[in-house]
Amino acid sequence: MAVGLPNKVGRSIDLPENTILTRLDAAIDHLVDKVGVNPIINAARKYSLWPMPFATACCGIELMAVGASRFDISRFGAEVMRFSPRQCDLLIVAGRVSMKMLPVLQRIWLQMPEPKWSISMGACASTGGIFDTYAVVQGVDRFIPVDVYIPGCPPRPEQILRALMDLQEKIQKGGSLSGKGLPELSERERMLEDKRIVPIGTALSPERGDEDRFGYRLPGGSSLLGQDESK
Amino acid sequence: MPANLLDEPEIGEESKKQYLWTLNFGPQHPATHTTLRLVLDLDGERIVRATPYIGYLHSGFEKLGEHLNFNQYVTIVDRKNYISPPMNEVAWHNAVEKLLGIELTRRCQYIRVIIGELSRISDHLLCAGAAALDLGAFTAFLFAFNQRELIYDVYEEMSGYRFHPGYTRVGGVMQDFNDRVIERVRAVLRSLPKAIADMEKLLFRNRIFLDRMRGVGVLSKADAINFSCTGPLARASGVTYDLRKDEPYLAYRDFDFSVPYATEGDCYARFQIRMEEIVQSMGIVKQAIENLPGGPVNVPIAEKFPMPDKGTIYNSMEGLIQHFELIMPNRGYETPKEEIYAAIEGPSGELGYYLVTDGTQIAWRTRTRPPSFIHFQVFPMMIKDHLISDIVAVLGSLNIIAAELDR
Amino acid sequence: MTQAATDPHAATFSTLAGLLGEGVFSTSTFKDNVRLHVSPGRLIEVLTVLKQRCGFEFLSELGGVDYLEYPGRTRSRFEVHYVLLNLDTTERLIVKVGVDDPNPTLPSAYPLWRGADWMEREIFDMYGIEFTGHPDLRRILMPEEFTAFPLRKDYPLRGRGERHNFPKLSRGES
Repeated sequence: MAVGLPNKVGRSIDLPENTILTRLDAAIDHLVDKVGVNPIINAARKYSLWPMPFATACCGIELMAVGASRFDISRFGAEVMRFSPRQCDLLIVAGRVSMKMLPVLQRIWLQMPEPKWSISMGACASTGGIFDTYAVVQGVDRFIPVDVYIPGCPPRPEQILRALMDLQEKIQKGGSLSGKGLPELSERERMLEDKRIVPIGTALSPERGDEDRFGYRLPGGSSLLGQDESK
Repeated sequence: MPANLLDEPEIGEESKKQYLWTLNFGPQHPATHTTLRLVLDLDGERIVRATPYIGYLHSGFEKLGEHLNFNQYVTIVDRKNYISPPMNEVAWHNAVEKLLGIELTRRCQYIRVIIGELSRISDHLLCAGAAALDLGAFTAFLFAFNQRELIYDVYEEMSGYRFHPGYTRVGGVMQDFNDRVIERVRAVLRSLPKAIADMEKLLFRNRIFLDRMRGVGVLSKADAINFSCTGPLARASGVTYDLRKDEPYLAYRDFDFSVPYATEGDCYARFQIRMEEIVQSMGIVKQAIENLPGGPVNVPIAEKFPMPDKGTIYNSMEGLIQHFELIMPNRGYETPKEEIYAAIEGPSGELGYYLVTDGTQIAWRTRTRPPSFIHFQVFPMMIKDHLISDIVAVLGSLNIIAAELDR
Repeated sequence: MTQAATDPHAATFSTLAGLLGEGVFSTSTFKDNVRLHVSPGRLIEVLTVLKQRCGFEFLSELGGVDYLEYPGRTRSRFEVHYVLLNLDTTERLIVKVGVDDPNPTLPSAYPLWRGADWMEREIFDMYGIEFTGHPDLRRILMPEEFTAFPLRKDYPLRGRGERHNFPKLSRGES
């Protein structure tokens, strides 16, 4: 008797009887009947992430260390680093992103095919870190979606592996066959966006309030600060 | 090889444009290591003109230096050349101490030599390993990175942080070397010769590697001087200047080492110089760790600027006052209203600081002389009339660190 | 770091004075740094003589400083320094030239050293000092459309909000 793959996937293949394939096929059949197709798809996805290392600074070297033999990211199935965004499903932003670089980052994010996830690695990528200056974007999550943040400057390789495991858990819980990403995440993004819509000029005042602390010097006088921030 | 189209006067601009291809390379490309961008004008696969665009990692390092005091700024300079952070710290505090007129203790000088040379080793290892990686030799990269991990262990033991130690302070270091650090340094020295032998065996007889490095990206001695090149890049072209020998700083007079140089000026020569410098640095570290002088590591707090250690702060009045004076934003000792240029020999060349002070503990201007920035401007000349695939070899041999390039 | 008993730069100074006449430069010294202050008009002459007659064939460093509201400052607002190195004698000499607002302009050292190319572009980018005779004076580190000069003292550390001016990408759009 020939068995076929369930109709849920959409096609049916005739397989010879009593081979390992047949038995495997029967097992999958059973599993799909039991839990549905999404968890299986998610499991496949989470153990075969192809990262796109968007390595700009120091964190990139730690990312190389994760790829090298002592830490060995291939234990988690994510060692296939592709430098073309078209072949990747995990964007790792490693290092600070400057104003000049941000359009490039956004373009790379748009070029990646769905489903896709992103990790913001290190303090600089997550919040700007110690580089609270005119040239550095204060957190890439202001401009692209981020799934997992890694603290540290740069994070230890163990933290990167932990973040990968967290992301795998997230993928297992939230993804779907249609590849629309994670519903609760877009919910959170909408919430953040609503919070950011505030009267012009007031949104940014808290972060430039501490110019006078820590002995900071104000060469041009405080009146010049943030004058054009209302743009 | 056809004549260079762009130099032909009788061909019009318009037809040149029609004939040549334009290719954008980077800023996100594996061979650029980080964030460089080149716009290439190509005649087939031959590069007629390369135009670099940089600044994709500009983060305002020098502006930050005008807002942080001499000890705080160590955390920032660490991130400048991030594959050899301690060397940046040594360079920065070398400039500050020269300005303040602080003479370090012998032990501190030796310790700074050790961490500096270890970081030079790790820099050259990464440069050589990554150059090999880009040319398709993956295994050499793994050997190199394993040794870097051992050097990270030294950093971690001495400062508690494996990547950016932030170890030096004005007039000394954060804390003294203990026996475990010294043991870790010895472990590096034990395992390094074998790793280097392995790398050399893998690469120096590798036909593909040699063919792609030899005769590629030649820089003549006159050009090296004219373009202000220093370090391994200049030494591979026959400029033998090395600040450790020619303008000795710290305790480099005490050590027996030689400065390798070559005259070919191609990628292979630069690669060989780096491998030889690793061996020389190993010798320096060995001499320094075996003859490490005893005594205090920090200059006495009577010198005003050094940060006292925790024991002194908690157990003595002078230490407490000193700490208060240094840390409180409205206090602080007076510095000379002066400016100074001081440089050391960094892994990729002369790493200098032009430091201007206005009498406070915060610098007025912290201009860096970044070797990567100066070396990258040679690239368009070096790559002219080469093939696209040579870009990888030349970039790998230049050792451009984007954070130092763009600051 | 010890001050030599005889001035190692005496020969250089006498060559300079002999070729260009007295009063072209003034000197100052701090630790082992010897500085030569010249006016913008005589800059290229001085550099040329130093390079061709005195053996300072290596331009080691080129950078700018903004002295706006520097305590006790009476001279010009900007200064550009050229650190020259004699590769044979390991002598170092710092040539300093002052330039003032508005429209600070200096002659370019590009014809003497091609290494000055990007360093001058960086000073233009950061301070807005123009170098006449430079073949390709464009912004180098900041984006082309940037208008301010970030290392000037009247530009705030955190910018004027330029870093926030980008469109947001949400997951729905991408």
